[in-house]
Amino acid sequence: MTGAADLRRTPLDGVHRALGARMVPFAGFDMPVRYTSELEEHRSVRSGVGVFDLSHMGEVALSGADALAFARYALVSDPGTLEPGQAQYSMACTPDGGIIDDLIVYRTDPGYLVVCNASNREVVVANLQALAAARDHDVRIDDRSDATALIAPQGPRSAELVGALTDLDLSALGTYRSIRGQVAGIECLVARTGYTGEDGFELFCDATDAVTLWAAVMAAGERYAIQPCGLASRDTLRLEAGMPLYGNELGLDVNPFEANLGRVVKLDKGDFVGRAALAAVEAAGPSRRLVGLVMTDEGIARHGYPVMDPDRQADPEPAGAVTSGSVSPTLGTRIAMAFVPAASAEVGRTWEVMIRDRRCRAEQVKLPFYRRPRPPQ
Amino acid sequence: MLPTDRRYSKEHEWIRPESGEGVIGLTRFAVDELGDIVYVELPAVGSTVSQFASFGVVESVKAVSDLFAPASGEVVAVNEALRTSPELMNTDPHDAGWLCRIRLTAPAELDALLDAAAYGELTGVE
Repeated sequence: MTGAADLRRTPLDGVHRALGARMVPFAGFDMPVRYTSELEEHRSVRSGVGVFDLSHMGEVALSGADALAFARYALVSDPGTLEPGQAQYSMACTPDGGIIDDLIVYRTDPGYLVVCNASNREVVVANLQALAAARDHDVRIDDRSDATALIAPQGPRSAELVGALTDLDLSALGTYRSIRGQVAGIECLVARTGYTGEDGFELFCDATDAVTLWAAVMAAGERYAIQPCGLASRDTLRLEAGMPLYGNELGLDVNPFEANLGRVVKLDKGDFVGRAALAAVEAAGPSRRLVGLVMTDEGIARHGYPVMDPDRQADPEPAGAVTSGSVSPTLGTRIAMAFVPAASAEVGRTWEVMIRDRRCRAEQVKLPFYRRPRPPQ
Repeated sequence: MLPTDRRYSKEHEWIRPESGEGVIGLTRFAVDELGDIVYVELPAVGSTVSQFASFGVVESVKAVSDLFAPASGEVVAVNEALRTSPELMNTDPHDAGWLCRIRLTAPAELDALLDAAAYGELTGVE
């Protein structure tokens, strides 16, 4: 049993409590699940700006003469293609191609910054350390997670908000780019990244500056009716955007090709962990695939619910399973992602989700469910 | 203030007796725990429910929770408004967000439930 006393707290814990947030255990942290209404928080990010405390996430810096060679070996993407200030979505896989974590790797010069899921931080760090030792690479792996806070203003008004707090030229900061500079007088790594499907920023700062930076963001956001946003809205936002969540869509028993992330895997970059296994999956094609579902019958599909193939009525075995499901506050529909046999997957076809012993029809749709109206700039 | 015209279960349902019938709902405490309610599955009119047995499901954005009947009876009405406006459970859980109305088959069961003071103590809510 993990009691509340055993949970870690982010540097913004007191701020969340003062705001009346409802706290829940998440990845070993006591985290805000919502402040007022998760639907309102969701809508604030789609229509204006909302801000998340993501200080629980892992930040691991890679430095040393072999940092790039090491990152290319440890991750499935190719960080060698990153220009200074660029970032890319990536994954660390096991030798058999299972996903250890999905993460973002930033070229920060000097070195690289890997931002991983809070729930996987220890595993990711241990994995990197073991690989570095085995490879005899000149690389320093510095887990800065505890000393780093992460505050993420997200939404169509987030550029205006952050722009009002900095002299940095944000119009020159494209998606998946980062730059160092001051925000509200605080040294930050300002990244144009997020997990909401909206334009947005992730501001990495020293943990001791978190309360000051949060207050500055909230004050500047007042004119945009900024909402502090919790984990509940973060989950529906990423689900609408068709983004995978580790533990739901991704895991050690899932390979990137099954999760539609084959484009991230650079098989031609030379040797890397998982290469042989992933090359075999690519050659054969994945046996199952992650798809989007919109419920056409009543009910909400949830994580773990069986998915049945109505074309195989005689088969009592589920064809697949739901990985995530909820309402889509933006679209007004009930949406889900699910693994189904790749050979049967087809946009427009009907699947049946078992909801409390009832077969509820759902239409397979193209992912993502929601795409923001137009990209920034 | 918790309404004193009704009884409360430890599963966070309330029941307001009304001449041999009982109106059932979910307490504000429970609703606040759940978050924004987006879907409610209610029993059919004419079906029977048993005290402390599941009779429906309420779903918030994040979670699915069973509803437990605070008393036994036959369902005589359900709150149809919740089909299109489940948020009524958030905005007015003790009145407009009611779930269903049952004809009590064992009214003495209500004695096993908590009054407002005891339920308030249980949940730390006045």
